[in-house]
Amino acid sequence: MKSFAFFEPTTLAEASRLFAEEHAQLLAGGTDLVIGMKAYTETPESVISLQKIPGLTGITTDGNSINIGAMTKIREVERSADVQQHHTALAEGASEIGSIQIRNLATIGGNIAHASPAADTVAGLLVADAHVDIASAEGERSVPINELFTGPGQTVLAPGEIITRFRLPTPASGSHYIKHKIREVMDLAFIGVAAAVNLDNGTITDARIGLAAVAPTPIRAREAEDLLKGNAPTPELLEQAGEAAAAAASPISDLRCSAEHRREMVDVLTKRTLQEAVARA
Amino acid sequence: MAKHPVTLTVNGDEHDLLIEPRKTLLAVLRDTIGMTGTKEGCSTGDCGACTVIVDGKAVTSCMVLGVTASGKEITTIEGLASDGELHPVQQAFINTGGYQCGFCTPGFIMASKALIDENPDRTEEEFRHALGGNICRCTGYTKILEAVLKAAEKIRTTA
Ligand SMILES: Cc1cc2nc3c(=O)[nH]c(=O)nc-3n(C[C@H](O)[C@H](O)[C@H](O)COP(=O)(O)OP(=O)(O)OC[C@H]3O[C@@H](n4cnc5c(N)ncnc54)[C@H](O)[C@@H]3O)c2cc1C
Ligand code: FES
Ligand code: FES
Repeated sequence: MKSFAFFEPTTLAEASRLFAEEHAQLLAGGTDLVIGMKAYTETPESVISLQKIPGLTGITTDGNSINIGAMTKIREVERSADVQQHHTALAEGASEIGSIQIRNLATIGGNIAHASPAADTVAGLLVADAHVDIASAEGERSVPINELFTGPGQTVLAPGEIITRFRLPTPASGSHYIKHKIREVMDLAFIGVAAAVNLDNGTITDARIGLAAVAPTPIRAREAEDLLKGNAPTPELLEQAGEAAAAAASPISDLRCSAEHRREMVDVLTKRTLQEAVARA
Repeated sequence: MAKHPVTLTVNGDEHDLLIEPRKTLLAVLRDTIGMTGTKEGCSTGDCGACTVIVDGKAVTSCMVLGVTASGKEITTIEGLASDGELHPVQQAFINTGGYQCGFCTPGFIMASKALIDENPDRTEEEFRHALGGNICRCTGYTKILEAVLKAAEKIRTTA
């Protein structure tokens, strides 16, 4: 690991000011950054820890909205009764990350800011229509999660901008996340699919589908969602939604599997994820 | 680069140290303090050999910068026995032969202890899943799992 200067600011303003400098990097739980520094893919000259800034951790409710601080540990997201009940797909995604030892360190802010297309909390946040609150020395702003990512490892975050929390306004009556992987634990997603539905008297009033690792950024499958809304969740309809989701994907071939396989699996997994979300609704 | 003063509480003992920010907690424990019970396997968070307990939570110490552990309570394998008696998890690993070369053992024991402290009522399948972040290169998983289940039972019945 290259040497670096280490800072532990106690206010967001100070952290933002330090982070706006050149060659500065933020430290949340460190599970992506420390690996990167060991591999020399990250060679910051200064590392700014967010761990001493009060107010960035914890899960609170505000009416229907559930707010998750950016520095909340993945393990806490996974075990939160509120998240499990109202955003099951997010709790399931969190529980799929690495090992318990990793989830005790890793934060939800780091999982999202790192912007890996395969991040396991991203599909759950997409179907929760999460707002991402961002602070900098200049002030605050909020962006919808589906507008945060611009490419693999790339976000709209400007130098000095820090994610402070995620606001999840709309509870789903049923949601589910499937991580397509080979190993039971400690594997990265080939594909991640989340679905959230609201049902009223057997009719789907709202449906949201989030896809990870099948395009340069995580995406919503809007056409598939539109097919579902206003209709009963028949097997044929879920089948059609799967096909529409697969059409929305633009997967790549890599060492782990081919683009064709990924597209085929988006179809199958979207259908299965929807079935489970509907069953829970 | 400037060294930082830190105070690490390891197994109840305070250590006032000056450390470089790039040193991991694992390196501080092994090289600076000289406690080599905690092992380094992969150094990338994948094997669990470096597992220690920080403020009650099992973490991979190769992923933690030592400077960020200042002021926290750290428990390593060296701190489990008390008054000359092994911890029930340690004793169970010995009784069942839950180790071969022993390299993964400290990590498995620390991860298991944290799991049992959190909830000793897990099923075999749940323990197996929860220990997925610990790898045994000698592949003696059957005996390891047997040891963990025995320790959990012992702790359940004596609690
Ligand atoms: C062994 C292992 C297995 C893993 N398995 C998985 C897996 O199965 N699924 C998965 O999704 N991930 C996995 N990961 C990746 C990693 O654990 C997660 O991405 C984690 O959530 C990152 O969070 P962190 O707090 O550790 O981030 P850090 O490493 O602390 O931060 C990473 C970067 O994110 C940015 N950042 C962090 N917080 C903020 C913020 N609040 N505002 C702005 N920018 C910020 C900074 O640029 C920072 O450098 C694994 C990692 C390891 C080591
Ligand atoms: S040495 Fe830390 S997980 Fe392998
Ligand atoms: S006993 Fe040898 S690695 Fe597990």
